[in-house]
Amino acid sequence: MSKILDELLYSDSHEWVKVDGNIAIIGVSDFAQEEMGDITYVDAPAEGDSVAKGEDFGALESVKASSELYSPVSGTVVAVNEELEDKPELINEDPYGAWIIKVEMSDTSELDGLLNAAAYAEIAK
Amino acid sequence: MDNQLKTTCLHGEHVALGAKMSPFAGFDMPIQYSNITAEHNAVRNAAGIFDVSHMGEIFINGPQATEFVNHIFTNDVRTLVSGQILYGMMLYPDGGTVDDLLVYKEFAPDAYLLVVNAANIDKDYEWMLRNAEGYEVGILNDSDNWGQVAVQGPGAEAVVSKVLGMDLSGLVFYHFADFELYGKRAIISRTGYTGEDGFEIYATPEAIVDLWRTFLAAGVVPCGLGCRDTLRFEAGLPLYGDELSADISPVMAGLSMFCKLDKEEFIGKDALVKQKAEGVARKLVGIEIADRAIPRAGYPVVLDDGTEVGVVTTGYHSISLDKSICFALVDAAYAALGTALNIQIRHKVFPGVTVKKRFYQTNYKK
Repeated sequence: MSKILDELLYSDSHEWVKVDGNIAIIGVSDFAQEEMGDITYVDAPAEGDSVAKGEDFGALESVKASSELYSPVSGTVVAVNEELEDKPELINEDPYGAWIIKVEMSDTSELDGLLNAAAYAEIAK
Repeated sequence: MDNQLKTTCLHGEHVALGAKMSPFAGFDMPIQYSNITAEHNAVRNAAGIFDVSHMGEIFINGPQATEFVNHIFTNDVRTLVSGQILYGMMLYPDGGTVDDLLVYKEFAPDAYLLVVNAANIDKDYEWMLRNAEGYEVGILNDSDNWGQVAVQGPGAEAVVSKVLGMDLSGLVFYHFADFELYGKRAIISRTGYTGEDGFEIYATPEAIVDLWRTFLAAGVVPCGLGCRDTLRFEAGLPLYGDELSADISPVMAGLSMFCKLDKEEFIGKDALVKQKAEGVARKLVGIEIADRAIPRAGYPVVLDDGTEVGVVTTGYHSISLDKSICFALVDAAYAALGTALNIQIRHKVFPGVTVKKRFYQTNYKK
């Protein structure tokens, strides 16, 4: 059984969102990292890039496969977790600590379409 | 699980070990037991064991066995002595590849064992039957009666010698020996698909299950198809379906050395002669990119102006070399070593350069 944190929102493509004012902090769920196996590379956007809800903004790579990352919200990337460049395995070790990007949201109402922990638990199995 | 999937004699062992299972070539096969990197490194540095029981064993015998095998096979079996093995392909008349395979020249006269890819067993067997007209030969697809394990790595000779109680120091690369397990025939060959020294052992399914357990108890690491692919890829070895196919001839794949065009005839020879003389439209190359992003099968190979000139067939961030490398099938004009070629990975284009396909220095015992 994978871990799901109550205080986060989730997308059906297994990204999590932590909301801090108009900033969305985005990572991938415990379920997602378990499915991927050992992550060897994080393909992330650059600061200043724009992302759109439902569109891919990067990918996680394991030895065997790539898994695209889909943005749960629209906006501008204001921070990228540079620690993941050298230590992609942090996502396996601590998926809810190892955030990938922070996005300044252009439309916070997009958050309404995301799943709460209970709803996400239904699909993360 | 898909009811159509076949299982090998070791399926229960894989499940008991908690392997991550996945369909491959119609079989429910182990992809990994622990993780691909650890299993890969076990083979490079010590010894690993693979279940390759899904592979096909087809026996050819009869007065015209040599002529028949030479008719369907690109390499020349007339040069073989008993106990020796040759790698090569079976081709369609247009030069496309039916399969790549090993031919074992048996100790009995006029007899050969052909070891073929699991996904192609039925197709290959029918191909052989169809092309056997006029040849005095028997063709037996005995795949279901054989299990097979591959024990690979620098530690393989010591552990296999110990487990089987055989002196294997004199068995050199691409040679085999017959022996017995529980009163039935078994075969050991110094062959593999990893770029390391190692052995492949063929025996009855019951004997293979016992061997598997004995090797694990001796400390040999169980290895899945995940690292089998990373290992063979680094060693520059093709996988049928990716680097060889009905559309990819051995000339395109850079495997002409296994096609003896000085033989009087074999199916596909005329097409290969023409390809050699006139050149081929596409060639298989190695490409290295200076980034940790990973070129995957299907990603486009592009020029600086965006023109697409090829496609990736297999790619990894190499575990042994710590580089992002791939095989790609590209327009022949761009196949020379040292050619600058870019790979599009999702939305970004990564600069790369063509390199030798044998990325990793192999360690065979010749």
